[in-house]
Amino acid sequence: MTTRIEKQEDTVSTTTPTRAPHSDVPTGHKDEGRVGAGLFDPKQLLKSLPDACRKLDPRVMVKSPVMFVVLVGSVLTTVFSFKDPGDWFGWAISAWLWLTVIFANLAEAVAEGRGKAQADTLRKAKTDTVARRLSKDGGSEDQVPGTELRVGDLVVCEAGDIIPGDGDVVEGVASVDESAITGESAPVIRESGGDRSAVTGGTKVLSDRIVIKITTKPGETFIDRMIALVEGAARQKTPNEIALNILLASLTIVFLLAVATLPPFADYAGTHLTMVVLVALLVCLIPTTIGALLSAIGIAGMDRLVQRNVLAMSGRAVEAAGDVSTLLLDKTGTITLGNRQASEFVPVSGTTDAVLADAAQLSSLADETPEGRSIVVLAKEKYGLRERSQGELSGAEWIAFTAQTRMSGVDVDGRKIRKGAAGSVMAWVREQGGEVSEDADTLANRISEAGGTPLLVAIEDSEGARVLGVIHLKDVVKDGMRERFDELRRMGIKTVMITGDNPLTAKAIADEAGVDDFLAEATPEDKMALIKREQAGGKLVAMTGDGTNDAPALAQADVGVAMNTGTSAAKEAGNMVDLDSNPTKLIEIVEIGKQLLITRGALTTFSIANDVAKYFAIIPALFAAVYPGLDKLNIMQLSSPDSAILSAVIFNALIIIALVPLALRGVQYRPVSADKLLRRNLGIYGLGGLIAPFIGIKIIDLIISLIPGIG
Amino acid sequence: MSPVLAGVLQMVALIAALALAYRPLGDYMAKVYSSDKHLRVEKWIYKGIGANPNTEMRWPAYLRGVLAFSAVSVLFLYLLQRFQGSLPGSLGFSSIDPDQAFNTAASFVSNTNWQSYYGEQAMGHVVQTGGLAVQNFLSASVGIAVAVALVRGFARSRTGELGNFWSDLVRGTVRILLPISVIAAIVLVACGAIQNFSGIHEVGQFTGGSQQWNGGAVASQEAIKELGTNGGGYFNANSAHPFENPNAFSNLFEIFLILLIPFALTRTFGRMVGSLKQGYAILATMVTIWIGFTALMMWTEFAHHGPAFDIAGGAMEGKETRFGVGASSIFAVATTLTSTGAVDSFHSSFTGLGGGITMLGMQLGEIAPGGTGSGLYGMLIMAIIAVFIAGLMVGRTPEYLGKKIGTREIKFAACYILITPALVLVFTAAAMALPTPGNSMTNSGAHGFSEILYAYTSASNNNGSAFAGLNADTQWFNSTLGLAMLLGRFLPMVFVLALAGSLAEQKPVPATAGTLRTEKPLFTGLLVGAILIITGLTYFPALALGPLAEGLAS
Repeated sequence: MTTRIEKQEDTVSTTTPTRAPHSDVPTGHKDEGRVGAGLFDPKQLLKSLPDACRKLDPRVMVKSPVMFVVLVGSVLTTVFSFKDPGDWFGWAISAWLWLTVIFANLAEAVAEGRGKAQADTLRKAKTDTVARRLSKDGGSEDQVPGTELRVGDLVVCEAGDIIPGDGDVVEGVASVDESAITGESAPVIRESGGDRSAVTGGTKVLSDRIVIKITTKPGETFIDRMIALVEGAARQKTPNEIALNILLASLTIVFLLAVATLPPFADYAGTHLTMVVLVALLVCLIPTTIGALLSAIGIAGMDRLVQRNVLAMSGRAVEAAGDVSTLLLDKTGTITLGNRQASEFVPVSGTTDAVLADAAQLSSLADETPEGRSIVVLAKEKYGLRERSQGELSGAEWIAFTAQTRMSGVDVDGRKIRKGAAGSVMAWVREQGGEVSEDADTLANRISEAGGTPLLVAIEDSEGARVLGVIHLKDVVKDGMRERFDELRRMGIKTVMITGDNPLTAKAIADEAGVDDFLAEATPEDKMALIKREQAGGKLVAMTGDGTNDAPALAQADVGVAMNTGTSAAKEAGNMVDLDSNPTKLIEIVEIGKQLLITRGALTTFSIANDVAKYFAIIPALFAAVYPGLDKLNIMQLSSPDSAILSAVIFNALIIIALVPLALRGVQYRPVSADKLLRRNLGIYGLGGLIAPFIGIKIIDLIISLIPGIG
Repeated sequence: MSPVLAGVLQMVALIAALALAYRPLGDYMAKVYSSDKHLRVEKWIYKGIGANPNTEMRWPAYLRGVLAFSAVSVLFLYLLQRFQGSLPGSLGFSSIDPDQAFNTAASFVSNTNWQSYYGEQAMGHVVQTGGLAVQNFLSASVGIAVAVALVRGFARSRTGELGNFWSDLVRGTVRILLPISVIAAIVLVACGAIQNFSGIHEVGQFTGGSQQWNGGAVASQEAIKELGTNGGGYFNANSAHPFENPNAFSNLFEIFLILLIPFALTRTFGRMVGSLKQGYAILATMVTIWIGFTALMMWTEFAHHGPAFDIAGGAMEGKETRFGVGASSIFAVATTLTSTGAVDSFHSSFTGLGGGITMLGMQLGEIAPGGTGSGLYGMLIMAIIAVFIAGLMVGRTPEYLGKKIGTREIKFAACYILITPALVLVFTAAAMALPTPGNSMTNSGAHGFSEILYAYTSASNNNGSAFAGLNADTQWFNSTLGLAMLLGRFLPMVFVLALAGSLAEQKPVPATAGTLRTEKPLFTGLLVGAILIITGLTYFPALALGPLAEGLAS
């Protein structure tokens, strides 16, 4: 539980959040697919070509066993072509094998290229700053370059200064422009103490003066890590990617054996297989499609997060997001709009709605909190009361809302009207010598039991002091949350609402929002215990948090998303940071994680299924001459053996380029059950992978056969 | 009744019989491997071998048990053959040469039962009954034990313990294989199979001349030969010999015995992991491949045309008239889709494509339903590979039966699927490339190549059947085939047990709506596809140059 939310819960109203969450509309209901598409521009291919060629370095290539085999094959066929320069076939195969390798590198280069652009923008923010370091006694100031700051140093920043490093505000309040890292131009408030003390190097102070205690070494700051991340420099293979690589390597070895043992068989059959043909067969069989695109898929997955202003500190966290089975969501700001709103006026017997509404409106004009404003709005919308302003009533004495009195009101025309927390208003009525009717008490209790918050409206006039009625304040669940939770349930994800409310209120909101479970009156310890309990059952847990007291739970959770507005302790503990500080984004993060895994699986399936057609192209081409019966396997009716083999190799190369956009964008993800996902993806990528090459190879063969002297 | 209809009806009867036995046997086996109690005779055995049946073993200890026991078995069987000449009850046969003795020892301990000798002309009662028949029980029991250890790996959590190898070995033998074998032997004797210890009989032939027949404990060995998916015949003609397989009923009964335990183990698996449905899904995968292969085999054998063939109802060369095309096809598929290798007809004489089906059956790794135990663990490894790919497609890191398929698990599974293709292809290539091994071929052309490809396929997959025609009793073949059998049996077991240990250490992941449902027909379909594409395609070029070239020639 964050202190911010606790504050809101136990006082009826409080200050507005420093910055409202960016979007209250769940992002999933945009029309274009759930996890949106990163646009792919064919020009990027051309631009990345030099990078792709640079990656031909065997020391780089060896990291991808499948493509390394293709590289070795390309070298071999080229060498053999030099020995027999008159053979067009050898040259053609060599050329296409080189293209296969380059296409694979191109995929990776394009994926990295998109990150580079972002890194450049970030670097601009990282201009060398001069820090105004305070001496230990705090008395004097000296100018040092930002790069020479050490952890624990105190620096002063005033309006117009660039903050020289990551740290916590230890003194003062300032508005800060963080657009350099978040892209959000509205300034945010940073103040000492509490959950809004963290500042990031490279951001700019717009007003006031703050003293910052540096918490990270230069070179390891948030912005440095961000640059490394988006550039892919810090990219390490994730566990699942390693596992997939092992499987691909073993398939490569199996096919290597199948091809390497073929020459003695063929010699016995009475035909000699050239090295060029063998390499061509091998490259067609090993899973080059997924081997070529695997690392691009991983980079693009991270990139999709960055595009949504989420920084994952490791690829492992992104994978874990796909596996999450329990989501812990803070009630306020995630499930409900930040503030409670008036939903109803309930008069006590003997009072009319209109009288109560009028009194409620008047008494709330001096209440600037969102709750107070919502009462005025309700009076206008539901009871047709014109909105009045304080200036309109002459001689009125306004009593503003304070956290201490927990009441607001007005004294006008001999009437004293008060509105506020039930306890405060009752005390006031008794103070004025009035009686609190039983009726008022019952109404207030009923609202509490329904999960709402009752505010009492009371008046003291010629008839004495009495309660007029109750205002029903309700947490308003964001639009579309119920549908969102239904989707999550279909995906197999349990949602748990975390709130500081009492169990009654929590249950009412949980029911309304449609979450599976809730944790009421949650303390940080409760939250931690819940995470550990879920994890003990083998579940992966994701949560968001921003306060220092969230840090242990963020660290314990498998996916801990820290809000960028939060403390540096929270950011340090989590494995992702959301620059927009929008807790609803957790759901999108889960979807991106799933999409990453699905893309890998789909392209692996496609790649393996492709082999069937390639066999039907190449085997008859190799052996129909000695065993004419094998020509029956030439079901594609390819024009000549050379053309058949070349067509298979060309298809194999072109399919990589054709699938680059898919690898970068990711396979479309829909929040449906595993069964439906599997059926759909198996249909498209399994069956499609079986059939597509038959068509593709046939078309390429038709084109080749038109070239004079070949067909 | 047309031969085709007869074949189909036999298949129906077989399925009905297997279905009847499935539940009781599967549940019984689950109980055998889960119970805490020891039988009195088992306690004697444990005392005799000095093993403590109650300690739990982690995977290295379990593996040590498997390897040590098998090594001792190989040595014992080798010595028994080498000293046959000086042993009583040997019908006067001399000692076996070192290379053949090694080959035979490796063959029977690895549950392969490849025979480079003529049973009735080389092995006496002592070796046949005291050596080979004993290994028929023990090697089968070792296979089941390893499979059960893997199942425990799925069923258990947060422990590395996989059970006790000695207890699993002894229970499998005493409580499962022995009792069923006794009943099966009686049934076979009733059918007319012989069971005696008589010597060699000189029998006059109708056409003049004479022939030697010897007796032996044939029915009992026949029972465990099929039940334990061993396949080593008492006689060279194997189950085509009337003393081993007297009539059409005994033939069907033997097929039933071959398939009995491998299919029922899927029920045992379902019971032990706490979800019968998961067992059914594995069963469905096996049955789909088995019926598909049988249908293909019948189709290619019945469809083989020519005047003589049409009169007999299909390709009859090398098939017993007692059984006909249908029953021979069912037997051939059952024996090559399991690690049995017993034959009631000569696979070399099948049509080109038919021969290819027997080879592909073995090359799939003998997993439909496969050998006793080895079929189940082979299939579970393929399920892990399929889950890995399909699991990604539902957007989670893959998991099977609540266990994550991570880097470690996929490493072991990937190594497992590498072994047999490597053995088959490398040894076949070596045999083809070297000058002498080719001399063993009887045929030239594609059929000759098939003989050698079949031999290494059979040995590496621990099948043991032969594509008749190859003279395998040479130093080259005895040694390389023996090596292929040992490596093809025990290397995979290393990875299976390592995998089991890794799975048993994990904590289970609860299933949610987002979990891949591995008990659904969709997954079964995917698994069949993965098996055919990943395992089958490895051999496509080799098959194209052998059976396919031959079968598509006409």
